[in-house]
Parts: sequence; structure tokens; C-alpha cells
Amino acid sequence: MTRAGWIRLGVVVLCIAALEIACRLRWIDPVAVIPPSRMAAGAWSLLASGEYTRDILLTLENVAMAFGIALALGFAGGVLLHRMPRLRRAADPLLASYYAVPTFIFYPLFIVLFGLNRWPLVAIGVTFAVVAMALNTLNGFERVPAALHQTARVMGLSPLQETFLVTLPACAPYIFTGAKLAVVYAFIAVIAGEFVLAGSGFGFKIAFAYNNFDNPTMYGLMALLLLVVGFVNWGLTAWERRLHERSAGR
Amino acid sequence: MAPPGLPRPVAEPGTAVTGGPGQCAVRLAGVTRIYPGAGLHPPVQALGPLDLELRQGEFFAVVGPSGCGKSTLLDVLAGLSRPTSGTVEFEGRPVTDRVPEGVGVVFQEDASFHWLTVRDNAAFGLRRQGVPEREIAERVDHAIAFMGLKAFATAYPAQLSGGMRQRLCIARTLVLRPRLLLLDEPFGALDQQTRLLMGDEVLRLWRETGATVLLITHALDEAAMLADRVGVMSARPGRFIDVVTTGWPRERDSTIVARPEFGQVTARLWSNLRAESMKAMSTTA
Repeated sequence: MTRAGWIRLGVVVLCIAALEIACRLRWIDPVAVIPPSRMAAGAWSLLASGEYTRDILLTLENVAMAFGIALALGFAGGVLLHRMPRLRRAADPLLASYYAVPTFIFYPLFIVLFGLNRWPLVAIGVTFAVVAMALNTLNGFERVPAALHQTARVMGLSPLQETFLVTLPACAPYIFTGAKLAVVYAFIAVIAGEFVLAGSGFGFKIAFAYNNFDNPTMYGLMALLLLVVGFVNWGLTAWERRLHERSAGR
Repeated sequence: MAPPGLPRPVAEPGTAVTGGPGQCAVRLAGVTRIYPGAGLHPPVQALGPLDLELRQGEFFAVVGPSGCGKSTLLDVLAGLSRPTSGTVEFEGRPVTDRVPEGVGVVFQEDASFHWLTVRDNAAFGLRRQGVPEREIAERVDHAIAFMGLKAFATAYPAQLSGGMRQRLCIARTLVLRPRLLLLDEPFGALDQQTRLLMGDEVLRLWRETGATVLLITHALDEAAMLADRVGVMSARPGRFIDVVTTGWPRERDSTIVARPEFGQVTARLWSNLRAESMKAMSTTA
């Protein structure tokens, strides 16, 4: 790990330790916040009991489905916008203001369209993630230097070979950034959706525990969620950094 | 006015540039390139009409003011762009929309593949041609050693300097054994010292391969140092207004910049180019 990485880790450990001390010494009301050690114990007992496994898996499945669909649609959309400059010009203002729209307002519409099942939540996840993927794909394609396309032609590559052997690897770091954002957005949208709109899943269980003043379960679930999301994000960021390092200097 | 002591131009302004004795590798006849207008913008004639002949194994440099169509000339010659009129031939065969076999191009921009190591970059073209792996290894080893990149065979382009990346691009072209090497300002982004040293590398490469080389450059000293003949282009639409024969021996390197004749060649290039550069500046201002 780099020095900066150690410092970051140290800051996190210090913050957790400070919270632990503050809770133990009752500087913070224990009804409001429990010590991190009890959160960890709560998370472990939740996992060990298996009571929440179905909900956790349901959420992860929804996120995976939302991510997969957003990845495919976003990539296709990015390629389409790159290939059709007129469409891009027409869509530009809409894309620029896309994230100003609260996506959750479409939930009733998705229920009408898909019924009372997991699909409205998946659709919310897709809606939230797809544009980040499309914009990063578009950015990646636009950043491929003209000299690479010309080199492909000089080497006699067919358009299909050029796409798979030159264009896609060249814009891979940007596409990956889009994929990373799509994962994050899918998590946010699905869990937030479950929190207020669903009857099962990670988010719903946190809200349920909160409404019942069940702090160990609520904080345990929150700790688990943070751990999962943090781990996924850390892995993706490390991979992304590696890809961008290779394309540095352009 | 040409400086004293130098031969007269071998071509009068706007006339055909012939290669003289020796087998003809490249022939351009009556070539023009007109970019069609769009909306309120009228069509732009970037090039010609232009005639050019390059002898087999010759080193020919092209200099000209900014925007005179130097790179357009290279695109047309390489088959990357179709001329609006006229014909382009490489080794007697017409060049149309495809880059002919035996032609290699090195661009000014870094065109190394950042996701591949130096070795895989250099092997890229050979793998596409289906050359056996053993032969690829031999040719790649030779090319990267020739370009001084042996110690960086497993490095990625991001770990190399700008000059090394350009050497990598040259190595990737070199392994394909081009008979015509087109260099589009390949050292434009490098500092002066690196450019001089890269010039030495290119001269060594040219002597060893026997390829015909056409170098596009905006640096008069680079053209004067490297080329057997230097074609001077007019402001847009680009045509040859002079061709200067440098008269250097085949065995040469960057030390020729110290010779008095070098200064005379450069001065002659500039005396031809000055008015054209001013013309180009006034049309773009």
C-alpha cells in the first residue's frame, strides 16, 4: 500500500476509535448511536443468524441486474451518440441536466409498467446509472486519438478488427469509469428505493429496524452495507487507477 | 533569392518534381485535394495540382508553411485519403482507398497502444498478418534493439518518455519492413536535442532498410539534415515551388549541422519559404 493509503486507513481507524470512545464514555447518547464494536457484533450476528440473508441477496441481485442492464444500455447509448453527432447535439442539454431530475418520481410509473415486484426497483437503478455509463462511453470514444484510427488503417485492419483491437482497448479506462459509476449509482438507487418504496431487501430492513428502535440491527445492517459497498468500490477504484495509469501521458 | 554557391532549384515553381535517374517508387500526377464546403463554408482546395516522383531508396523531405497541405499530401500518398483529381502510384500500382502493402506511416501524435507492452506493440502488425510467432519474436527483438528499447521490452508506453514512444512507433512500423516509409512530423513534439538524435536513428534506419522515406516537417534544419532532396511547398493550395538537392553523402549523421553548406541549404529553404509563410499568416490572421 502507498503512504497515502496508509494515511487514509489511519484516519478511518482513528475516526472509528474516536466514535468508540465517545460512545463508551456516553459523550454521545447510546440510544442514538451505539459503539462501532457493537455495530460489528450486530453485523456478525445478523450474518450468522441467516435471518437477513434472503434480503441481502435480493438487494445484491437487484443491484447486479440494474448494473448489467445499465452497462449494456449505457454502452450502446454512448456508441450511438458517438456515431450520430446530430443525435448527440440534440441530446446534449438533456444529458447535461439529467441528474437534476429526481429519478424516484418515476417509481409509480414503473409500478404501472412492471407490476409490484422487483422490476420497478431494478428500473430505478437502471435509470439512475445508465446515463453515467453512456456519458463515460461517449467520452472514451471521443478521446481515442485520430492517430490510432489511422494506424489501424495503415495496418490494414477491417472496421470490426479496428473496433475490437484498437478502439475498445483505447477507451477501456473511460468505459471502466462509467461502469464503476454505474455500480455505485445502482447501489444508491436500489437501496434508497428499498428504503422508502419496497417491502423487502437491505434498505427496507434498515428502515424497518429504524422504525422499531432496533439499533443493533439497524447499525449492524448499515455496517454490513458500508462494508460491501466500500469493498466493491475499493476494488473497482484500484482497477480503474491501474487502467488510467497505463493510458497516462496522452 | 538563393544564397550564393548553391545549385539552382531542380524545379521551377509549380512544375513537376521528378526523381531523376533510378527506379521510381512513388509517382503523383496532377494531384489535387479539395475539401467540400459545408453550410456557409465554401470548398477548400488544400493541395495541388501537384506532381512528384520519388526514386527508390531516396530520402525526401517536404517543408511548407502551416496549413499548406503537407499532411494532406501524406494522407493522399498513403491511401488514407482519396485525391480529388490526379493519380497516385506506388511501385507502379495505383493507390486508392487502401494503404498499399509495403507502406508504413509514423504520425506526429503518440500512436502507441497504451494497453500493450513495448514488445506487443511492436508485434501488433505482424500478428495481424499471421506471421509465425518465432519469426515475430526475431523481428521484434531486432526492431526494439535497433531503436534502443531492448531494456524496456516489457514496459508499457506510459512508462516511456515522448521520444521513446516515438521510437516505439517507428519500431512497430519497422518490423513490417516497409519499402516506403512516410513520416508525418514524427519529432514535432520533441525537444531539439532529442530531435537531432532521433534524426540520427532515422538515418541509420533508412540506410539499413534501403526504404524510400518521405518526411513531412515544419523544421527547416531537420529537413536539411536528413533529406537527399527537400521539396518546398507554397501556401495553400500546396504546390512545390522549389526542390533543393542537399548533396549529402548517404553515410551521414547530425554532425553535418556544423558544416557551412548546411547553413546554406537551410538559408535557401527559408528564402523560398519566407514569402509563402507570410502569405499563409495573412490568410489565417
